[in-house]
Amino acid sequence: MYTQGLDQKGENAGRRLDDAGLLAAFQARIDAEEKIEAKDWMPDAYRRTLIRQISQHAHSEIIGMQPEGNWLTRAPSLRRKAILLAKVQDEAGHGLYLYSAAETLGTSRGQMVADLLSGKAKYSSIFNYPTLTWADIGAIGWLVDGAAIMNQIPLCRCSYGPYARAMVRICKEESFHQRQGFEIMLMLSRGSAEQKAMAQDALNRWWWPSLMMFGPGDADSKHSAQSMAWKIKRFSNDELRQKFVDVTVPQAEFLGIRVPDDDLKFNAQTGHYEFGEIDWQEFFDVLAGNGPCNRQRLEKRQRAHDDGAWVREAAHAYAEKHGQRAAA
Amino acid sequence: MTSDQALTRYLLRLGDNALILAQRLSELVASGPELEEELATANFALDYLGQARMFYSRACELEGAGRTEDDMAFLRGEREFENLLLLEQPNHHFGDTIVRQVLFDSFYLLQLEALINCGDQGLADIAARAHKEIRYHLRHSSQWLVRLGDGTDKSHARVQESLHRLWRYSGELFDGDAVDEILRQEFNGPDLVSIREQWRAGLQTLLATATLTVPEDQWMDSGGRQGRHTEHFGYLLAEMQYLQRSFPGASW
Ligand SMILES: [Fe+2]
Ligand SMILES: [Fe+2]
Repeated sequence: MYTQGLDQKGENAGRRLDDAGLLAAFQARIDAEEKIEAKDWMPDAYRRTLIRQISQHAHSEIIGMQPEGNWLTRAPSLRRKAILLAKVQDEAGHGLYLYSAAETLGTSRGQMVADLLSGKAKYSSIFNYPTLTWADIGAIGWLVDGAAIMNQIPLCRCSYGPYARAMVRICKEESFHQRQGFEIMLMLSRGSAEQKAMAQDALNRWWWPSLMMFGPGDADSKHSAQSMAWKIKRFSNDELRQKFVDVTVPQAEFLGIRVPDDDLKFNAQTGHYEFGEIDWQEFFDVLAGNGPCNRQRLEKRQRAHDDGAWVREAAHAYAEKHGQRAAA
Repeated sequence: MTSDQALTRYLLRLGDNALILAQRLSELVASGPELEEELATANFALDYLGQARMFYSRACELEGAGRTEDDMAFLRGEREFENLLLLEQPNHHFGDTIVRQVLFDSFYLLQLEALINCGDQGLADIAARAHKEIRYHLRHSSQWLVRLGDGTDKSHARVQESLHRLWRYSGELFDGDAVDEILRQEFNGPDLVSIREQWRAGLQTLLATATLTVPEDQWMDSGGRQGRHTEHFGYLLAEMQYLQRSFPGASW
C-alpha cells in the first residue's frame, strides 16, 4: 500500500506512441495472467506508473520508520522493544526490496531518493501524523499495517513480476506487524483506566487517517481504470476501504474501544458497515505538505543523507583505491 | 560476596552492557548514512537487546527473588547499573559509532569466547549464542573502520579523532574487580590480563590496516563497574524507563 491510489494520473499519452501490435500482445499476456518481467517489452506508461507506485511505496516504508522509531527508546518492556526494533528493521528491508524492484524498471535508487528529498515524490500521508503515546505504536500496527495488508495482498498478484514477488515477501511480515499492533491494543484495553484511555485516544486520532490511506473515492480517481486493466490494481480504493472497515470494526468492538464515527452502522442487508464522510480536505492538505510532521519527516531524512555524505564518500574512495565495488 | 552473588552480578553487568548499547544504537534508527546501514544498526541493536534479555533472565533465575528482566531494565536506578562507560556515551557521528563498536566488540568477543567454557552452563550457552552474533558485528564494524580510516582525508581525520575521544573509556574494559576475580577463579571465567593483550594486538593490526594510529595511553576514566556513570547516563535511563515509572505495576 502506502500508494494512496494517486498513481494513475495522465498516463494515457504514452499509449499512442507504442506500436499497436506490441500493445495488443502485451495486454493479451496480462489478460492471461502472465507475469511481465523486467526484460519484457512494456508500454512506457505502464513502466512509469509502476516506477511511481513502487518508489512511492518504498519511500513510505522508509519514512514510516520514523514515527515508530520515535518509541524505540521508550518501549515499555524489553519484549516490546525487541518486537518494535524487529518491525522497524523489517520496514527498512521492505524499502530495500522495493527500491530494487523499481530499479528493474530502469530507474536508480539515487534518483528515487533525490526525488523524495526534493519533495517531488510522495509517500503515504499517514506517516505525517505524530506518534504521541505508546498506544500509537499499537494503533499503527493494528490500523496502518492492517490497511497496508488490504492493499498489498492483491499486489502479490500484480502483473509486474518483480513487484508481485517483493509483495509476497513483504505481506508475510506486514501481517505479523498487524498482529503485534493488535496485541499492544489488547494489552492496553485490558489494562488500567489510563491505559484504556490511551488506547481510545490513539484510535480517535488514527482511525480517519487510516481510512484515507486507500486514497480518494472511486468517483474521484477515474484513472484507476488503466491500472485495473493492467492488473497493477485489482480492487478500487472504495472496495478496499470497505473491506478494511468491515474487518476492523469488529476488532475495535472486541477491544472495547469506540470507532470515532457517529454514522457508523452495520447494514444487515448488504453485510457491510456504513461509515461517515471522510474529511478529504484534510487528506489533500496533508498530501500537499501541510500535515503535522511532513516537514519534520523530510528534514530528518535530509539530515541523515547530509550527515552520511562523508561516510559514503569515504566508502567510495576506499573502493576506488582498492579496486573493489563500492561497499555498504 | 558468595560465588553465586558474584555470578549474578556478573550476569547483570553483561546484561547492562548489552542493553545500554542497544539503547544507544536504537536512537540511530532512521539516520544512517545508507539504508543498508540503518538495517544493520537495527539488527545489531536487536542482537544486543536479545543478549541483554538472556543475561538478565539468567541473573534473575540465580537471584531467585522473583525479579524479571523488565525489573532489571526499568526499575533500577542510575547507581545500580554497572555497564561500561564507553557504551553510554552519546551518539555523535558515524565515526564515533563505529569506533565505539570496534573498541567494545573486540573486547566483548574475547570475553564471550572465554565464557563459552565457563562453569555456569546457563551463562556458557548464552555466550556461545552471542559469540556468533558479535563475530559478525565486529567484522562489519571493522570493515567500516578500515573504509573510514583509509577513505578520504576527511574521513581519516574524523575517525582518528573519534578514537582519541573514546580511548579514555577503553581502560575500564580490563579494570576488573572482585566480581571478575571470583568469576575467573571459581567459574573458569575470562582472564582480563590476557584478554587485554589479545585485544591490543588485534586492535593494532586493525588500526594499521585502517592507516590509523593507536592513541597514546592517557588518563582513563572508569566507574561503570561501581555504578558511577557519566552525566549522560541519567538521561538515557529517564527516557528508557519513563513508561514503567509513570505507570507503576502496569502490564504492556
Ligand atoms: Fe512494511
Ligand atoms: Fe509494516
